[in-house]
Amino acid sequence: MNLSHFIDRRKNPKGKSIGNRQRFLKRAKAQIKEAVNKSLRDRSLKEIDKGEKISIPSKSTAEPRFRIDPQTGKREAVHPGNKEFDAGDKIKKPPKGPGKGKGKKASTDGDGEDNFQFTLTQDEFLDIFFEDLELPNLVKRSLKEIKAYAYKRAGITVAGSPTNMNLIRTMRNAHGRRLALKRPSTKEMNALKERLFELERISQPDEAQITEKKKIIADLETMEARRRWAPFIDPLDVRYNAYEPTPVETTAAVMFCLMDVSGSMGEREKDLAKRFYMLLYLFLKRRYERVEVVFIRHTHHAEEVDEETFFYSRQSGGTVVSTALDKMLEVQKDRFPAHEWNIYVAQASDGFTQSGDAKQCVELLRTEVMPISQYYAYIEILDERELEVFSSEDSGAELWRAYRTFAPEWPNFAQTRIARPQDIFPVFRELFAKNNREAA
Amino acid sequence: MTALEKPTLLFDDADWNFETLQVTLDAIEEIALGDLKLDIYPNQIEIISSEQMLDAYSSHGMPLMYKHWSFGKHFARDQMMYQKGYTGLAYEIVINSNPCIAYLMEENTMTMQALVMAHASFGHNHFFKNNYLFCQWTDADGILPYLDFAKKYIAKCEDEYGLEEVESVLDAAHALMDQGVFRYNRPPRLSDADKIAKMAARAEHEELTFNDIWRTLPTVEEPDEEKQERQQEVRHIKLPEENILYFIEKASPILRPWQRELVRIVRNVAQYFYPQKQTKVMNEGCATFVHHYIMNELYNRGQISEGAIMEFLHSHSSVVFQPEFDDPRYSGINPYALGFAMMEDIKRICEDPKDEDREYFPEIAGKNEWREVLKDAWANYRDESFILQYLSPTVMRDFHLFAIADDAKESHFEVSAIHNASGFRRVRERLAASYDLGSHDANIQVVAADLEGDRTLHLRHDVHQGRKLSDETKDAVLTYIETLWGHEVKLEEVGA
Repeated sequence: MNLSHFIDRRKNPKGKSIGNRQRFLKRAKAQIKEAVNKSLRDRSLKEIDKGEKISIPSKSTAEPRFRIDPQTGKREAVHPGNKEFDAGDKIKKPPKGPGKGKGKKASTDGDGEDNFQFTLTQDEFLDIFFEDLELPNLVKRSLKEIKAYAYKRAGITVAGSPTNMNLIRTMRNAHGRRLALKRPSTKEMNALKERLFELERISQPDEAQITEKKKIIADLETMEARRRWAPFIDPLDVRYNAYEPTPVETTAAVMFCLMDVSGSMGEREKDLAKRFYMLLYLFLKRRYERVEVVFIRHTHHAEEVDEETFFYSRQSGGTVVSTALDKMLEVQKDRFPAHEWNIYVAQASDGFTQSGDAKQCVELLRTEVMPISQYYAYIEILDERELEVFSSEDSGAELWRAYRTFAPEWPNFAQTRIARPQDIFPVFRELFAKNNREAA
Repeated sequence: MTALEKPTLLFDDADWNFETLQVTLDAIEEIALGDLKLDIYPNQIEIISSEQMLDAYSSHGMPLMYKHWSFGKHFARDQMMYQKGYTGLAYEIVINSNPCIAYLMEENTMTMQALVMAHASFGHNHFFKNNYLFCQWTDADGILPYLDFAKKYIAKCEDEYGLEEVESVLDAAHALMDQGVFRYNRPPRLSDADKIAKMAARAEHEELTFNDIWRTLPTVEEPDEEKQERQQEVRHIKLPEENILYFIEKASPILRPWQRELVRIVRNVAQYFYPQKQTKVMNEGCATFVHHYIMNELYNRGQISEGAIMEFLHSHSSVVFQPEFDDPRYSGINPYALGFAMMEDIKRICEDPKDEDREYFPEIAGKNEWREVLKDAWANYRDESFILQYLSPTVMRDFHLFAIADDAKESHFEVSAIHNASGFRRVRERLAASYDLGSHDANIQVVAADLEGDRTLHLRHDVHQGRKLSDETKDAVLTYIETLWGHEVKLEEVGA
């Protein structure tokens, strides 16, 4: 019996429901965004790069149907597992707590839950978080680093490689040419041939049949000849899709991350700074394909390190902030000439530096760093108690005060303070919000 | 009988391949057709990965479905539940179509594949092909082509009129799915070739007459001929009409032709699933009974090993596990458990009746023809009537069933009947009634529509036993109805 057969679908394209998922995310966008921002506040460094379980109010994506209210009317239900009840027994109803309904029974009716939980992928999560953030002032100096080319369709040509052959055009041309040159079709010829075979099967053909036979043979020959010089496809017919390399303008940008890892920065401060940079790094990595990131950490001397070391290794020592600026300038001169690169700098410190060094920093910023930078963000990491003491913008640690004096001269210089993990995200958004530069 | 031949195992380890699947399927088919004499659609068995299973879950288990955010929502939920380990996936999904499509998960062991094939490709398959509800109310040949049409049509509408426009119609129609089925008159067949052709032509026509200039006008006129035809149909609708979606589709003063088509699609999908909702116990019971019989028979014939039968019994017993009412896992009666127990008991009553059974089931007790009795039950009953007819005292005792009366006005529940001689009939009647969808879904009907005047749509909810509509969703659904109707909608609750 051949009633059944198997099909292996495992290799079928995955993600059949992606379209539905996108529609769903779009639908609940506002709520999801809020949930994402909330959950980001308390995540640890390593978790930031992962997907996240979030829960949104189910109201936003409710699918209401008419339902019978279980709190009205009469009903009779049958349940399994009777142990001691007998007909006529009365059982006190459980008290109606708010939202509790009648315990189990209410929850099986569905639609009882207040929140809808699901998991966002890492991509979706970060996309939502970084939405409407961008690097300030990008492109202003966007000097052409035209290294990338993309191939774009550029019409049809008569020459090309076989892989680019445009079948539709080719066949259409061939068809037109065959019609114009009256190429005998295979159908026609088959008809004649059949007739010929018919005639040949006649054992004793009469005069007319012999003439017809000869005529058919002659016709077939001319047709064959015609077909030879009017082939099915002629090299003339063939067309290719043309592609032209078009230069793609890329904006070259480099982000310098300067972090103080000296002894005065406690574990908490370092953790805050790292979180900030982690966020910055993820943001850049996702939004800009062509952004270089340079990590510089400093104590009393500065060094360029890789991502891994920057985020995860420990170090301790004295503090000379200007060394980091020196190092940054050295790297910049070496590899990122100012006329070809958009230069961004983010600096995090607790604001303490060797006495006199703050002046040195300001001097460096004023004369060398700011003139070549698109944007400079200074983040000061404070103790929570300090935040109260320094509630005014004017008071602060040495570096903060020094920067305050010079900040007004440069509209693309921003400074801000962080004391708790919760502060990072608002501050980050403030620093990189779209169209918010003038305010900074 | 093959038992006389030297018994060889069909498979002897947990891994499966297509060869062992085929051999096993043949052996199962031998028992299903030769011994049980089942009558089935041809089988199409598809092997899928767990991810594809999740995909299928989110869209009513159908291989084709139009796109809508609610399916994405269900997918997100199921995926999280699965990944966090709160729930497992079903071992299979089976679709009422011809050929009958069953999905098997690639992770299943060979024993599980055998179980699932017996369960889905023979048990459910036989039920789909023979049960009167499915025969009369759904169209196994037409469903896949129809869904294909629906999917493409909706995608085209999204291109043409925008995602939001399409979504707002679908959202509203989905809210009325429970009120979008014909319960008593038989719905028209889907597969009428000319009907699909007509729909395609209609879509085509819209395409041709589509003109960007007229786009900003509130309605695109439908062709006169069709309008007259539709209005003719509206005149023939006898009020009250229980199928609200049908009424709206035909009579709504504001819907444009393509929007009517969307409503029709949702209505047809709802109608297609309606018999399944009425036969959960029977459908699962039938499939479970069949897989149980076949697997045991395979073992008796020496075709599967002791290990395999142990593995089978382990999963079988978890499938038919019925937690008791005071168990935290309890969430109502397990249709697999009840259906399986009832069908096994029918077999017992036929073969080995007790005096009590002769009293309750004189027409089948000791008849010995259990195959015929079961097949007759599978063909001619739905859950409600099946339970009313066949729930035996033995099963009620085994389940320790008891009925509880709940009057919202009272402070106490009352145990109205238990599994003893004086309570059997009452328990049975109550349980059967609880499977009558009419007692779950509110009975809401269109009673009047003032098509000439202010166009108000009047709905009436016939309140049964004082059970009113929940306020939580009532207004939201009414708002949805208003988006489809375009004018005021009034809902009256009568008979409280």
